[in-house]
Amino acid sequence: MSLVFAAACSHAPGITGRAQRADASVRDRFYANLERLRGALEAARPQALVVIAAEHFANFFMNNMPSLCVGLAEHYEGPIEDEEWLAIRRTRIPGAPELSRRLIVEMMQDVDLAYSEEWKFDHGIMVPLHFLTPRYDVPVIPVNINCQGPPLIPLARCWAFGRALRRACDLVPERIAVIATGGISHWPATPDSGKINEAWDRAFLEKFLDNRREELLAYTDTETYREAGQGGFEIRTFIALSGCTEGSRGELWFYAPIPIFAVGCTVAMIPVVPLRN
Amino acid sequence: MSLYYVQKLLYQLNRDPNVRQRYAASLDALLAEYELTEEEQRAVREPDIGLLYVMGVNGQLLMHFAALRGYEWDAYLEAMRAGERRYGPVRAGLYKRAGST
Repeated sequence: MSLVFAAACSHAPGITGRAQRADASVRDRFYANLERLRGALEAARPQALVVIAAEHFANFFMNNMPSLCVGLAEHYEGPIEDEEWLAIRRTRIPGAPELSRRLIVEMMQDVDLAYSEEWKFDHGIMVPLHFLTPRYDVPVIPVNINCQGPPLIPLARCWAFGRALRRACDLVPERIAVIATGGISHWPATPDSGKINEAWDRAFLEKFLDNRREELLAYTDTETYREAGQGGFEIRTFIALSGCTEGSRGELWFYAPIPIFAVGCTVAMIPVVPLRN
Repeated sequence: MSLYYVQKLLYQLNRDPNVRQRYAASLDALLAEYELTEEEQRAVREPDIGLLYVMGVNGQLLMHFAALRGYEWDAYLEAMRAGERRYGPVRAGLYKRAGST
């Protein structure tokens, strides 16, 4: 078994870019849990880090929008955003093209994927990396799930992608870590920015942490949009991780709405157990 | 309405330093490459962030354009609210389904 680590965390740009405007005590507890996650990731000694993200029109646009895309580049650059705006310095992040190619070939047995040898990371990947691999020394394989421009991939297909990723990881000898990064309810970059439906988030997290497949796949985009905003479509990243860690029960290390970060800030760890079949 | 092309312009502006340079140096020539209505051209030129929001431009594109044009975070949020007061509810795109609330 070569999936050695699985976790989920938030990625909102305010987490770094508007850090000084948050309630310091809540923010610092959030940061402390990201730091704890960094320690756990390092202890797992991953040779590559798969980041299941939901980018925001940095690389993919409605002229040719893939539902699922996996990076196949030698290296990546990020953040694409203004460095001061995000408060993260632009840097080069190593890729893992040869491993990525093997994973893609295996996953293609089960799911249709796009791939890309060119990819600029936006806050969706850079904010997690800033906390979890701050030296940018772990080779990254980015995955994007289109959560921005409908029509969007159905949730069941996200689960199937996660399963395919797991099967592929378990077939290669390398030690692989997977992080899913997305928001739960949020209305980012709109006049409702800062609104967070905490009850909805906690109900979702309970299903996510218990790996309740049927309940997770029962969400509809109409309901999600109404209760959790357009940002809620990013639950696709969590659901892909649930498919990847089927049968595993997760631990919630941190959850708290931080309005100036425009999201319920989340850190969750999923201890990996072997698949039953 | 050519929301697609307004958004495409902002997408390319956000991700490509060469397009930003052309935006600063030869805006007319740049705008001519996109199928934009007069109202859309005006909104991009001024810029009228509130109108772009009401037209349906996605915030993930718009917030970076606003930052490029010097809008601080709170000013960006207020510009969208002012746009709704002045022009009415969002006309198209992802946010239209939410109505104006």
